[in-house]
Amino acid sequence: MSIPTDGAAAPVSLRVRVKRERCQGHARCVALAPELFEVDAFGEAREIADGWVSSHLENKAWLARANCPELAIEVEIERAGEVA
Amino acid sequence: MTRRAPVADWASDFDHLDPAFVENPYPIWDELRQKCPIAHTERFSGVYLPVRYEDIRAVAYDPEHFSSRRIFVRESQPALRRAPPITSDPPEHRAERKVLLPAFTPAAIQKLEPRTRALCRELLESLPNGGECDGAVDYAQEIPVRVIAHMLGISGHAGDQFRKWVHEFFELGVTDVAILERVIAEVSGFFSQEIAARRAQPADDLISYLLDARIDGQRLGDDDINGTLRLLLFAGIDTTWSAIGTCLWHLATHADDRKRLVEEPNLIPTAVEEFLRAYAPVTMAREIVKETEINGCPFRAGEMVMLAFGAANRDPAMFPDADRVIVDRAVNRHAAFGLGIHRCIGSTLARMEMCIALEEWLGKFPDFELTPGAVVKWSAGTVRGPRQLPITLGPR
Repeated sequence: MSIPTDGAAAPVSLRVRVKRERCQGHARCVALAPELFEVDAFGEAREIADGWVSSHLENKAWLARANCPELAIEVEIERAGEVA
Repeated sequence: MTRRAPVADWASDFDHLDPAFVENPYPIWDELRQKCPIAHTERFSGVYLPVRYEDIRAVAYDPEHFSSRRIFVRESQPALRRAPPITSDPPEHRAERKVLLPAFTPAAIQKLEPRTRALCRELLESLPNGGECDGAVDYAQEIPVRVIAHMLGISGHAGDQFRKWVHEFFELGVTDVAILERVIAEVSGFFSQEIAARRAQPADDLISYLLDARIDGQRLGDDDINGTLRLLLFAGIDTTWSAIGTCLWHLATHADDRKRLVEEPNLIPTAVEEFLRAYAPVTMAREIVKETEINGCPFRAGEMVMLAFGAANRDPAMFPDADRVIVDRAVNRHAAFGLGIHRCIGSTLARMEMCIALEEWLGKFPDFELTPGAVVKWSAGTVRGPRQLPITLGPR
């Protein structure tokens, strides 16, 4: 079973974002990718450091998105050269 | 359990207390999903049963038509009683939930891990290697009851009393409203005394936490505090007890999965998600307060709708190989803890208890199986799990 990656292939940069209005605090993202997500005082998730994903954590970004029961995680693909 | 009239047709006369359903609901859900897919029964004063993930999510996401003021399907409904936030609807729900959320964050739950691990080890000490035990009674049921008692600041010796209440509330109380009323009165009386004791002498526990809590600057009313405490007691015990018991049942009957988790304990958290998906123990319900329609099926106001999260989790449209338990399933957006605003507030606690319980059991007893010829008994109603699980420990 493969994890959907929207056809992303190097070289790209990924950015994760939690849609806060959808998050219900299941905390799956924090369990699967603690380098990319954290929870607030109420256990609801947000991305760490503006959501930029180091290349060695790309798998975890897709994994977190694929396991969010509320579909609250977005992974944006920035093509090389588009990132300032 | 009272004798039930036989089910004439599952699509139009389903009964979740029917012995065939209690024993094995999965083929019934599968059949309904293929031919129905929203079943209905005139029993219990009228109940709808969607079995597709999409339809169950649609109900869970629509508190305007599907209210939480009643969340259990019962033979006859008792008076409305608040147990915030599980019985609340928007707009009050959000603030009432926020009061509790900080006590159940991953950081708060992590603090309970060493105690939970020590408790599991203590329970395992008394199990006989090479002998027989009851995985549900001697192990699974003891873990959540002692953890929640600790969180509430109540002596661990209350376990037997708590389990009796839980059994009466979730099982006997489905068909006997007199038992239900008595249990609620007993539990409320118990918590009234605990509340009075914490007022006299505050402690570092959830009861004192609730006494201190405020919504818009106002303290919570005693009835609401009592309702919330009843909720924590009922929801925190036999749900996780069932989940742990079901994990043990699966591993006792699937030697390959058991051996794999013994060899790769790092896989346990992923496997726990799969057990939660495949055997989701909880079925909640909502009251239809405004007529509506889902997928072309009309829902009549005044009736109930069941949220069979276990059925959602077996929907092949959502989960490839939905009927296979794949312990390293990487993509697993299951709904075992519900979806939407009423997501189980104790989900992180339940996951922690399940992972620790399995790690410790498999560490001590890597070899075990169902005792040949013995009978496994499953609970009926809102929460499904083994209540009798005879296991033989050690290599054959």
